[in-house]
Amino acid sequence: MKKLILSILVLGLGFNLMAQERSLAAVKVQNLDYSEFNTGDIENDGKPIIISFWATWCSPCKRELNAINEEYVDWQEETGLKLIAVSIDDSRNADKVKPYVDGQSWDYEVYLDVNGDFKRAMNVNNVPHTFLLDGNKKIVWQHNSYSPGDEDELYELVKKLANGESID
Amino acid sequence: MNYFKLVFGFVILLSLNKVIAQEKPKSFGEIHGNFEATTQYYIDDTIIGAPPVPEKVLMNGFLNLIYTKDKFEAGVRYESYQNALLGFSPDYKGNGIPFRYAKYSGDNLEITVGSFYEQFGNGQILRFYEARSLGFDNVLDGVRVKYNLKGLHLTGLIGEQRWYFSKGPGIVRGLNGDWDINETFETLEKSKTRLSIGGSVVSKYQEDDNQNLTLPENVMSYGGRFSLYRSGFSLKGEYTYKYNDPTSDNGYIYKPGQAFFLSGAYSQKGFGITVSAKTIDNMFYRSDRDNSSIFNDLMINYIPALTKQHTYNLMGTLYPYATQPRGEVAYQADLIYTFKRKSVVGGKYGTTLQANYSFANNIDTTHLNDENTTRLGYETKLFSLGEQKYYSDFNVEISKKINKKIKAKLTYQNLFYNIDVIQGKPGESDIIANVIVADVLYKFNSKNAIRTELQGLFTEQDQGDWSTIVIEYTNSPHWFVAIQDQFNHGNKNVDKRIHYFYSSVGYIKGANRITLNYGKQRAGIFCVGGVCRTVPASNGVNLSITSSF
Repeated sequence: MKKLILSILVLGLGFNLMAQERSLAAVKVQNLDYSEFNTGDIENDGKPIIISFWATWCSPCKRELNAINEEYVDWQEETGLKLIAVSIDDSRNADKVKPYVDGQSWDYEVYLDVNGDFKRAMNVNNVPHTFLLDGNKKIVWQHNSYSPGDEDELYELVKKLANGESID
Repeated sequence: MNYFKLVFGFVILLSLNKVIAQEKPKSFGEIHGNFEATTQYYIDDTIIGAPPVPEKVLMNGFLNLIYTKDKFEAGVRYESYQNALLGFSPDYKGNGIPFRYAKYSGDNLEITVGSFYEQFGNGQILRFYEARSLGFDNVLDGVRVKYNLKGLHLTGLIGEQRWYFSKGPGIVRGLNGDWDINETFETLEKSKTRLSIGGSVVSKYQEDDNQNLTLPENVMSYGGRFSLYRSGFSLKGEYTYKYNDPTSDNGYIYKPGQAFFLSGAYSQKGFGITVSAKTIDNMFYRSDRDNSSIFNDLMINYIPALTKQHTYNLMGTLYPYATQPRGEVAYQADLIYTFKRKSVVGGKYGTTLQANYSFANNIDTTHLNDENTTRLGYETKLFSLGEQKYYSDFNVEISKKINKKIKAKLTYQNLFYNIDVIQGKPGESDIIANVIVADVLYKFNSKNAIRTELQGLFTEQDQGDWSTIVIEYTNSPHWFVAIQDQFNHGNKNVDKRIHYFYSSVGYIKGANRITLNYGKQRAGIFCVGGVCRTVPASNGVNLSITSSF
């Protein structure tokens, strides 16, 4: 019972803080050449960043990233956007990530989160899960799951950020 | 224990109060978390073989909270099972806080006290991880120190593993070092060739309370690995040796265990190939030698299946492969190629072809008949292919954008499945099945789309032919509706030619999602990573809420 009350209190207070600014977690992941990378070093010179959690076994994730890839060159030119695709594939599929990324000609920055450390630090329940970061690398928007057309809504927000407008 | 929890909770509350009291919350740290709850109401259904649920309603739920301030981080997870949903271990019962930790992360030093997840190398020697949807969590509770010394990454840890709402009886200790050679030598930092080598030592302690046998109380394993990368090529290998570890999994034999994994890949724009091989022998490694639970309780290592992870339900959940840690030899090749836009096959938008082949056999063994003497059980060599085939899977997938509105995907699979070994159904004949799936996405406009799947599985064995229809309508960014019918039309038993009709409706707002499902689910095996769980048939209403904040 004590535990329950405690949890409810913590939960209640947690929600009070939801409106607060949130930073990107600094966690160790891997580059596609298996060297270490700290997510705290993610950078885009004050321009917007999309962080998308995905996996090679997740069809909606691949649909989303393939759909964005068709527009990505234009989006980059128009807004200076950078998309970071974080694969949560574990050692069963991690070696297939780079061949898949190249095979689909993705131009994203891709990292491997093989034991879900980054996923946990970002409180991702399941994939696909997409975060949008402003120029100060604060999380300003996030979205779970993917339906065709979601990328258009996301890009409207990216354009707002690039123009210095706020997202509510 | 309770004292620790209270103090810990108090510290969080205190910091939160401060945050609320102040105008500038940022300087007092941040708090964020995620939440999930799934509730199911069960309807009795003897025709599909759904087991009775006396409670009628079951619920699984959890809440994660993480507090961060500069170099300090702390977190808790509260879990609740009222009682656990069908398919999860019934040992999940009641409420508790099985996960709580505090962590300091300096520039080169990191210290964690409490619960933590960890992986050494590819995990075949040690991996603590969670797969919440499968009810798997072998998190370690103890102390971990990490130190970085210019390219040398060192980890030391000690603790006890989670066992539902208590702890396993053993203590796990581990040391790991990975050396990124390019990071150490400045002259190599910009080199096109990257080389990294690493090694681990892991040991478990458990008291010997066996009446008949003298068992090793400390069981050590060690291993090494390397990874090499150069402009599109990569090569990775890992070897693990485990000293004698008599357990209920291996019938208390004293034979040591071994695992070897090798993988090579090459890719460039539009093309990628991966080829992998592995061999394992006697590699069950748990921190409780007497636990051989089908829920993979207290596993220290992780050896995933070397097969494609399918997502369509007739390919993914009817006959999925699970690694046989007792012994297997397995190979896999995976290929992806995109035919360029405006080429003959590529068409206007390009066409992507993926192909995959994998197979797994037993290892060749010679039995020693030494039950009453040395108790080694058998002899074998690495990569010695046995005669018993466990699994093979050839599959090919073509995906193509036809025009602005239509995307289509066609998949074919040829499957060999040894149900006797993989699902433990002695005497049942091997299954040979062909599966075909057509997946078409039609986008009406920027907000509305319909996706359909037509799946057919054809086999003479087991339950015979199956077909599945899925129709999914999405209204971006908030709504989705899906209906699905699985029909076992080829079952030899006419009474079992059942339609499993299932419908879902969901609402998504930002990182919050609520889904309502109604219908029948057939018994199946759900796997994520190397862990599979058998889910019994069920009929009912299911409500699921997930949230991240």
